[in-house]
Amino acid sequence: MVLEKDLNLDATELRLGLPGSSEESLRISNKRALPDMNDDSGVAAAKKCDQETAPPTKAQVVGWPPIRSYRKNSLQTKKTEAETGGMYVKVSMDGAPYLRKIDLKVYKGYPELFKALEDMFKFKVGKYSEREGYNGSEFVPTYEDKDGDWMLVGDVPWEMFINACKRLRIVRGSEARGLGCV
Amino acid sequence: MPKRLAYSLSDEVLEHVFSFIQSDKDRNVVSAVCKSWYEIERWCRRKIFVGNCYAVSPKMVIRRFPQVRSIELKGKPHFADFNLVPDGWGGYVLPWITEMAGAYPWLDEIRLKRMVVTDESLELIAKSFKDFKVLVLASCEGFSTDGLAAIAASCKNLRELDLRESEVDDSSVHWLSHFPETYTSMVSLNISCLGSGEVSFSALECLVSRCPNLRSLKLNRAVPLDKTANILRLAPQLVEFSTCTYSAELRSDVFSNLAGAFSNCKELRSLSGFWDVVPDYLPAIYSVCSRLTSLNLSCATIHSPDLIKLVSHCPSLQRLLVLDYIEDSGLEALASNCKDLQELRVFPSDPFDVEPNASLTEQGLVAVSLGCPKLQSVLYFCRRMSNAALVTIAQNCPNLTRFRLCIIEPNTADYLTGEPFDVGFGAIVEHCKDLIRLSLSGLLTDCVFEYIGKYAKKLEMLSVAFAGDSDLGLHHVLSGCESLRKLEIRDCPFGDKALLTNAAKLETMRSLLMSSCSVSFEACKLLSQKMPRLNVEVIGERGPPDSRPKNCTVDKLYIYRSVAGPRFDMPPFVWTKDEDLALRLSP
Repeated sequence: MVLEKDLNLDATELRLGLPGSSEESLRISNKRALPDMNDDSGVAAAKKCDQETAPPTKAQVVGWPPIRSYRKNSLQTKKTEAETGGMYVKVSMDGAPYLRKIDLKVYKGYPELFKALEDMFKFKVGKYSEREGYNGSEFVPTYEDKDGDWMLVGDVPWEMFINACKRLRIVRGSEARGLGCV
Repeated sequence: MPKRLAYSLSDEVLEHVFSFIQSDKDRNVVSAVCKSWYEIERWCRRKIFVGNCYAVSPKMVIRRFPQVRSIELKGKPHFADFNLVPDGWGGYVLPWITEMAGAYPWLDEIRLKRMVVTDESLELIAKSFKDFKVLVLASCEGFSTDGLAAIAASCKNLRELDLRESEVDDSSVHWLSHFPETYTSMVSLNISCLGSGEVSFSALECLVSRCPNLRSLKLNRAVPLDKTANILRLAPQLVEFSTCTYSAELRSDVFSNLAGAFSNCKELRSLSGFWDVVPDYLPAIYSVCSRLTSLNLSCATIHSPDLIKLVSHCPSLQRLLVLDYIEDSGLEALASNCKDLQELRVFPSDPFDVEPNASLTEQGLVAVSLGCPKLQSVLYFCRRMSNAALVTIAQNCPNLTRFRLCIIEPNTADYLTGEPFDVGFGAIVEHCKDLIRLSLSGLLTDCVFEYIGKYAKKLEMLSVAFAGDSDLGLHHVLSGCESLRKLEIRDCPFGDKALLTNAAKLETMRSLLMSSCSVSFEACKLLSQKMPRLNVEVIGERGPPDSRPKNCTVDKLYIYRSVAGPRFDMPPFVWTKDEDLALRLSP
């Protein structure tokens, strides 16, 4: 303790700071998490690369400029969405040990979505008909909409679906009965 | 007539007279006239405002004012909005609710700002106040939708639920559905801060359709266009509305539905929200634009041409919040179209980018100052400024009451002359004699504080960052600004001398917050000892101040007057002269 005082470590300590400021330290303020970076899909990996090679923003001083967090977040989300255009939703399948995440914006319609899900979870989606839902498979794709209701995938136009879909769940056929007729 | 009758009025008469006196200041004056007036007044005061929840204790308030119906409390200091006050510092409302639950069964209004509100507090409110009507939680945190569910379920006469800018945890409870079917009293609902998972549309539509007195509705981000139109049709009597238009390509059926819904709303005066708005949908609101007095586009990434079109439809506008995408050209259009403008706030779309991404400079603000004679309140983020512009603005707008300028890069000089902005801000305080709030930025020397001390006699709140040369700067402000109530300073070379010389001044203010300045721990201890009615809090993120070298400066210093004495709910990183400190620190 005494030694520290004599050496006056504070005065000689290397620190990032603006000229003239006494003791400000520069910290990256990252209170809220950035969009999910954990999934394995190739699309996400490519996007991750983009973010790493993007021009570095200036190191940020805490609390400057004086903008509320909710404003920063609302701009941040917009920017990342604008840049990546991502519309990531979680996908679970009954019996699978962990969930996946997919970007709905990548697909142009239901056939492509189903192909991706089939590849990801190694199952087959049955044949869709308006009257009976999915026939010929044990597994049925469902989604949770903004009202919190669980709906059968495929009933509404694609655009409406991707805007309403919050998460996907591939349900075992026995549980999905009853979702066939909306 | 006997002298006694001539000079004394009965208590009932006095109480009746006092009921016409609403402002706190006047009430305080009335209560100081004589003992009997003090007694009468305290029994009939119904509304209490506590600007700092630690300045007085709930017990003291209850003891003096036994029949309060409405209370407003503020917790953390303003700098907390910018993460300058560490989490856990304080501002807990539960002790207040607990005391008031017992003492004020007829309490019907609670307004809180920057306080920590737990679900337990909300549940206690729901259970304790039978006729509860108004709950405003501004910039609060610590609660979830569980707490909201308790309020919804129990408060049969709730008129106002306003969660503006609060952080709410999603507990996945569909809390809106907890309003019983019989509940119809909502007048004002602001849930714009909630995340997308936290609002069920069917419950919302049901609620809106059965509340005929609904005047103000601020929804959250995740309300798609078709739902927006539905809700408007259910509540055409709305005066204030906050919407989100979900990004999607223009669909003419959706557009005409939305336009039709808006055209029904003859009372609509204020619009906000507009997250993800697609410019093609903006004409849907044109039918209400001529009556709009307040427009908040600060979350809308629409650019100057669309903004100009929109603004030209709004001649009655009094209040505009917008991003710097409006650019100088947009502000010039605003200046020529909106002659009633009183308040302008321009936020940066990309605050951390070194290069400007929108052509917004000092010229825009100058144009508005010239074209809008009623301008009173300004918040302006920009990347360049000149003294000449500030002088022009000051001369054009002598009626300014609030002037907050943020030149984004610290220590930026006048781009024309390379000089500091002392003269420019000096002109502001000299010309704008009614200025009550001022925020400084850019390169500034001690001179600007001399001007402020000399001219800003009505100034109540001052925010300073990266400015000044020495203690003299702080001394000018503390010795000159007679009306000063709140002072917040960061990264300025202000130290012990000015603070200790003006110690007495601090008791006339609500609070002083200094972050990353040059005040030593010794000075804090001395101030604490000298001034028993000040709470001096040293907020240190790098270990207890005792353990660091003697000449080390404190990270943050928060000084506020208090009649409640020291608080005991401090986290370990806050030091005061509290005598129990030794006990708390021992294992």
